[in-house]
Amino acid sequence: MAFGPFLLLATFEGLLQAAILTLTALGLSLVFGVMRVVNVAHGEFYMLGAVIAWWVSTFVSSMFGMPPAVGFIAALIVSPLAVGAIAMVGERLILKRLNYNPESTIVATIGMLYIIQQSVLLTYGPDARRVAAPFYYRIQLPWFGYSGYNLFVIAAAAVLLLIVWFILSRTRIGLIMRATQFDAETAQAFGIPIDRVYSLVFAAGAMLAAIGAVLVVPIRQAHYLMGLDPLLLSFITVIIGGLGSLRGTVIAALLIGLSDGIISVFFSPTLAKMISTLLVALVLVFKPEGLFGAKAR
Amino acid sequence: MAQDLTSERAMLDVADLDVYHGNSQTLKGMSFSVAPGEVVCLLGRNGAGKTTTLRAIMGLMRPSAGHVRLDGVELTALAAHEVPRQGIGYVPQGRRLFSELTVRDNLDIGLMTRKSPRAVLDEVFDLFPRLQERLDQVSGTLSGGEQQMLATARALCINPSVILLDEPTEGLMPSMIATIRDVILTLKGRGKAILLVEQRVEAVLSVADRVCFIENGRVQATSPVQALRDDPSMLTRYVGV
Repeated sequence: MAFGPFLLLATFEGLLQAAILTLTALGLSLVFGVMRVVNVAHGEFYMLGAVIAWWVSTFVSSMFGMPPAVGFIAALIVSPLAVGAIAMVGERLILKRLNYNPESTIVATIGMLYIIQQSVLLTYGPDARRVAAPFYYRIQLPWFGYSGYNLFVIAAAAVLLLIVWFILSRTRIGLIMRATQFDAETAQAFGIPIDRVYSLVFAAGAMLAAIGAVLVVPIRQAHYLMGLDPLLLSFITVIIGGLGSLRGTVIAALLIGLSDGIISVFFSPTLAKMISTLLVALVLVFKPEGLFGAKAR
Repeated sequence: MAQDLTSERAMLDVADLDVYHGNSQTLKGMSFSVAPGEVVCLLGRNGAGKTTTLRAIMGLMRPSAGHVRLDGVELTALAAHEVPRQGIGYVPQGRRLFSELTVRDNLDIGLMTRKSPRAVLDEVFDLFPRLQERLDQVSGTLSGGEQQMLATARALCINPSVILLDEPTEGLMPSMIATIRDVILTLKGRGKAILLVEQRVEAVLSVADRVCFIENGRVQATSPVQALRDDPSMLTRYVGV
């Protein structure tokens, strides 16, 4: 294949990577931005999303003999809701009791990571399983064919991003979340029930990761260790973009996803990880608040 | 001690309040009351417990003993976010605006607290017409005086019956101080109960009805403002002017 088409293919792969990364990193960034909680268990919510998607789609297609698309749609609805509920329970039982103390919650979410991961290993097992894509459509370009589903994932992530942006910037609940993010105590003095906001934000962050995972399981398989890579990449994204800055998160996810996709295709995935990690180091040295982050208040 | 300071139609009643900061006790039996249409000022040196008192009223600090009642409702039993919904507007020290949000957003947050009618906003713009011209401006870029207006306006948006103001004239130009004073007097005229923490004695004397001198976390003495104008010896004793 000539260089041009090869670059196009690499760009598609990079955009796919960026799409999923945007959703997971956005969840992490939202939780940190509003709650000041570094959620180390974030990748496990992603993994749970994929595993529950496998369960739901398998259940729907084997019990009712429905086509894969129905199972997928059911998974897209049930899995994020289930993951959101689990996150909310974790938030109530653990983070709230720690009073959202930044250090304690890091340790607590490391605990949550292992509890979720090992629970899935015990119940779901060590196998990697695939969920059937809702549709198969091959877009035939002059140089190569490309999965229509992959492009659907990119578009779906873009739509979700717009929805999140709309909610945060144009709705009442978004205003409440931003007020809590800027100054939780003053928000309380104006009647905002911040612990309900925290609970909601933590669930929403987990749900974003779960949606990303449901979208990705037809391409990559559901596996109990699949949360580790997205966690690392999400952290890299959020650090480069600036903790708590949604715009920064989106731009950094695009940057990292694209470079990861392109470098992986042309050179090797390992080199791609090395470069993004180096980028983090450089950002931390020269612009510790991230490319778009606000200076510490 | 609480009894003789409590006027009969007291709206806000603080009684025997104890608050600890870690192991040190910042409030030791703080007691006073504020009636509708009355401006009460807490006066005292730095660290005397004035700001802590306001924060404890708002439920932002938990007292270990004592009461805060608003028209008989016990506020210390409520969660912090439920306190403003009882009708208490808070203008914190340093204004604490949501500085990255616009003027409109800041006011909206005040309005959503009690689902105040939009008419409240008209009243607020009556008092602060300048804010209406700057609705879409990011509040952190306002001048100091405008920020103080916004902080006060935001508190008024909840349509409060009691207003707590923590050093509203801090860092403001004299002309702006006069504006803030006029606003306080207008609100007093509308029957609001106003609790003011203020360092500037001349500002206090021009708006307050009563002054509570705070020392070591409690009210050491209370005096009508008229008496202080006639005999400033108490001012000398408690705040050294």
